[in-house]
Amino acid sequence: MQAPVRVGYTRYEAISREPGDRHARCRDTERVRPCPQVQTVNQVLLISTVFAYGLSLGLYLFFLNTGRELAGRLATLFLAAGLVAHYFALLERTRGLHTVPYHDLYGSMSLFGWLLALTYLGLEIYERQRSVGAFVLPFILVFFLAAHLAPADRLSPPDAHGPTFAFHVTLSILAYSAFALSFVLSVIYLGEERLLRSHKLGNMVWRLPPLELLERMSRSSVLVGLVSIAIGTVLGFVWVDRLSDKYSFFDWKYGITLLVLLLYVIYFRLARTTAWRGARASKLCIFNFVVVVLSFTVVNLYLSHSHRYF
Amino acid sequence: MEIVLVGLNHRTAPVEVRERVSFTAEQARRAAKELRARGILEETLDLSTCNRSEVYGVPPESMHECAPGLSSFLSEFHAVRPELLGVSLYHHYDREAVRHLFRVAAGLDSMMLGEAEILGQVREAYRFAHEHGATGPVLNRLFQGALEVGKRVRTETELGTRPMSVASAGVKLAERIFGKLSERSALVLGAGTISEQVVSQLRDRGIKHLYVMNRSRDRADELVKQYGGEVVGWGEWETSLQSPDVIVSSVATEEPVLRREMVERAMAARGNRALFLMDLGMPRNIDGSVSNLYNIYVYTMDDLSEIVQQNRSARQNEIPRAESIVEEHVGKYLSWQASVELVGLVNALRTKMREERASFIRARVESIAHLTEADRAFVEKLMDEMLERLILEPAQRLRGEKELRRKIQNVEALRDLFLPDREKP
Repeated sequence: MQAPVRVGYTRYEAISREPGDRHARCRDTERVRPCPQVQTVNQVLLISTVFAYGLSLGLYLFFLNTGRELAGRLATLFLAAGLVAHYFALLERTRGLHTVPYHDLYGSMSLFGWLLALTYLGLEIYERQRSVGAFVLPFILVFFLAAHLAPADRLSPPDAHGPTFAFHVTLSILAYSAFALSFVLSVIYLGEERLLRSHKLGNMVWRLPPLELLERMSRSSVLVGLVSIAIGTVLGFVWVDRLSDKYSFFDWKYGITLLVLLLYVIYFRLARTTAWRGARASKLCIFNFVVVVLSFTVVNLYLSHSHRYF
Repeated sequence: MEIVLVGLNHRTAPVEVRERVSFTAEQARRAAKELRARGILEETLDLSTCNRSEVYGVPPESMHECAPGLSSFLSEFHAVRPELLGVSLYHHYDREAVRHLFRVAAGLDSMMLGEAEILGQVREAYRFAHEHGATGPVLNRLFQGALEVGKRVRTETELGTRPMSVASAGVKLAERIFGKLSERSALVLGAGTISEQVVSQLRDRGIKHLYVMNRSRDRADELVKQYGGEVVGWGEWETSLQSPDVIVSSVATEEPVLRREMVERAMAARGNRALFLMDLGMPRNIDGSVSNLYNIYVYTMDDLSEIVQQNRSARQNEIPRAESIVEEHVGKYLSWQASVELVGLVNALRTKMREERASFIRARVESIAHLTEADRAFVEKLMDEMLERLILEPAQRLRGEKELRRKIQNVEALRDLFLPDREKP
């Protein structure tokens, strides 16, 4: 049998190819070294994405400061361009690793940033409200940069795969990004509400969305997150059931995910009720997101057996 | 191609004079017809609003000669003594006339800086004059430019966005909380002048339900008759406070009309939905502690006055940006005007040179008598070619270089230099 021929390295992983095999394979054992060709493509995509998101952020800030409609439109346009470039950066990474992008922390963060951008763009177009962009773009940019500028991570053998697993993870990350968006909207709500109550309006209040619209946007975002996390969790259990010999049905991550689900259902119910509508519901939404962050960090890193990066 | 403007506005004439010189639609049509029939103007447009009455035109002769005739016409047309009108009228020519119109369209010349209505009035005046054939290429280009300036100033600056009255500031604040008011309801306590202003603003913003409560039912009925809505009997607090999202209070009273416990009960009944309260009374109509209740926003007359003051400063800060848009478009217009005039000048220059060449040959025919007819024709052809070459390059540059056209704005000076005896095309 002929020895595998090394055809190149990605930034993250060596790619080897069996003679006659058209599919590249990841080899955990090989030294991580960049392949010049893939590296060039990644650099172009990296720069394009950062440029588009950065410009979009600048334009959103300018729009918030001056109210110039043209700046707002351009900001949306560059956000869309950033999404496209970011998508290809994720695709490039996926091809390079020959696995899903959320196989390590950085890929997971990058996907989170992309889904956050996608969710926000959808909400912006649906509600025709651009002034929130200046508050969301920094998160997207930070997640993208952290994911792509951080040192490469070593991978474990890819035993987690298949469409069920892919949908489980993608939907879970979509839910987290939707919850992150509702968190940002709730923070803006509380800030604007405080300014309006204290009569310190300044320039910005006139350009921020009305309070009731912020509430509605936050609820819409939570609804997207709830549906995603519910389906994602069910798919996760289906996948665990299939691999019951490898994975236990008890994991701290399962418990905290169900808690997150419950907390957001409670928020969704309370946000329309007499006693909770307004600032109280926004505070609850912020608290819920703190639990999401705990789930994403403490639970993943120290308590979970099967969830590391999502 | 020259433009003349004669008019008066709120700065130069009192309202008594302005209303006498104002044009109705029919008067504007008749005035345009007469001005052209008498040969005072070739193209004309009357812009008449509550704060100004202006006539824009393109004179057949020199613009400076046309202005006195135009002033006399206005005096005669409106039957106003010339000496009364003379002190109020201003005259602007060409660049200044263009700049004036662009500033008017931008709202920079309005009594309330940045008002929105003026752009619609300019558009309507242009549409009317255009439909009646009173405008031509010059005024068409000028007014299209003015509409573009007005639109740009409103989209690119904040000159017209901030509310400038207590009533409009209050209603805009309500929109900060509820968004569009088309699905909201409002209760107005009192039916005086301030209440009426707020009701007018609420109606402009499309408020869905309007309730008016006043001690004197007759006055409330009058207000409702004018603006629509429903009269609520004075004192029906329990029912009337539950549904509205906006409550405006402007009644003369020594004790607060809305006390904390009343509002608390109303909030409980309305499921804590946000409530915006405008207290425009003096002394205050709403108990001060109401503002501490959950989901309630209270603004007093002082709060709203302060916002208006801030907005006035903010609008003032936008003036340089608006002025720069105006200047940009004045430059564009003058460049277009210069290009049209320069093409005419080049054509006239070509004709003049050919005539000069013919007269030159005729004057020196003796010295070239020894040449055959064919040789003479050849010499004439060579001279024509040389002249054409002299004129061709500048003509091509004028067509191609916008910047050059912008620089050469005084075409008349060039005309006087090269063609002192010729009449304007």
